[in-house]
Amino acid sequence: MTVRLVVVSHSEKIADGAVQLAAQMAPDVVMIAAGGTSDGRIGTSLEKVMSALDQAAGGDGVVVLTDLGSAVMTAESAQELAEDPSAVLLADAPLVEGLVAAAVAAQGGADLIAVKRAAEAVYGSGDSGASPVSSVAEGSVTGPGPEFTGDFELINQAGMHARPAAKVAGGLSSMNADVTINGVDGASMTALMTLAAGKGSLLHVEAWGPDAERALNYVGGLVQAGFGEP
Amino acid sequence: MLLDVKWAVRWLTMCAEAMAENRVWLIELDRPIGDSDHGENMDRGFQAVLEKLAETPPETPGAALKLTAMTLMSKVGGAAGPLYGTAFLRAATAFGDALEVDPAGLATALVAARDGIVARGKAESGDKTMVDAWTPAAEAAQAAAADATGNVLAVLVAAAEAAEAGAVATDPLVARKGRASYLGERSAGHRDPGAASSALILRAAVGAAA
Repeated sequence: MTVRLVVVSHSEKIADGAVQLAAQMAPDVVMIAAGGTSDGRIGTSLEKVMSALDQAAGGDGVVVLTDLGSAVMTAESAQELAEDPSAVLLADAPLVEGLVAAAVAAQGGADLIAVKRAAEAVYGSGDSGASPVSSVAEGSVTGPGPEFTGDFELINQAGMHARPAAKVAGGLSSMNADVTINGVDGASMTALMTLAAGKGSLLHVEAWGPDAERALNYVGGLVQAGFGEP
Repeated sequence: MLLDVKWAVRWLTMCAEAMAENRVWLIELDRPIGDSDHGENMDRGFQAVLEKLAETPPETPGAALKLTAMTLMSKVGGAAGPLYGTAFLRAATAFGDALEVDPAGLATALVAARDGIVARGKAESGDKTMVDAWTPAAEAAQAAAADATGNVLAVLVAAAEAAEAGAVATDPLVARKGRASYLGERSAGHRDPGAASSALILRAAVGAAA
């Protein structure tokens, strides 16, 4: 079972399109679009959102992604009225990027909180290229150093583009380890993409936690296999 | 006199009439500072409320308000849907299963409605939103209910008058919440449509009790 996702947008087309886009990278994740009003106008509908939450029930919880204004308020109302409000979390994240990041995390088997965090981590991956998670890791430099480190050279033609970033982030988000790659959160797909690491770039991986060794081997294995790409 | 389910149904019916009558005015208020759909949304929402009330006639004021809440949240479409929906839902919860509502119960419900709007929309007084109608209305209702001579009609009149004054007072404000806030300084000089429709709703409550 995995965490499931619901997309609430003012526009039916935006919600459907965002789900379509994210499904490319997370084919096994249940994603339900709740865009527009019940009669096909621009707006949001509690009825539609609650029915989407019903359809998405039965997994390991639901993370809801929203666009602006009333979408957030309608999602909050639906959460309040849901059968089990604790199984529904709202992510405060940009709709499209947040959904893709959440879907990748859910595909990798991440739990409810981790999926929400994956969506929200997108906010921090702006100009600095560092996510909030990685800045926490930087702050902990005075503590014990990483338990496992490794350096791997990207050998595939396209380098760290979307699909490899999704593989790395998706796998890492299901492991009990904190991993940074060149200083950014390894479980955040968008953070990895902001590295803009091309062929020949060196990835410096640091890992903490019970699964640290497994996480390092996972990243190393993927990179050395060129992510199965030319 | 106490407020019963007949009053509640009359109130909601008069809300629907007020929204239909003021549909164009609310659209015009919303055009310069919003997305010009408020009148249409409110009209459609309350027409749907009328249908629901006819389908499943409520037996208590609380049940009437709860039905209204769920319908508005599903049918309005814009931000007013979850905001008014939450307001009616919190008021319904405050009324509970009571068959009749007294001045104190009415004031408590109006305060709960205001608190619901604040919780849902996260707006404060002076942000140029419907909170600017609801906060003075809730406070005036409390004061009127505390008055020894206060009756439900006096509480409703106090709330409606305060809401109307609050709505007018949004004219010079610069919006800090909602779609109008994207306009910054340019939002000044226009009445907030949500505060205007709130005043209409509270005025209808007086008409239903008179």
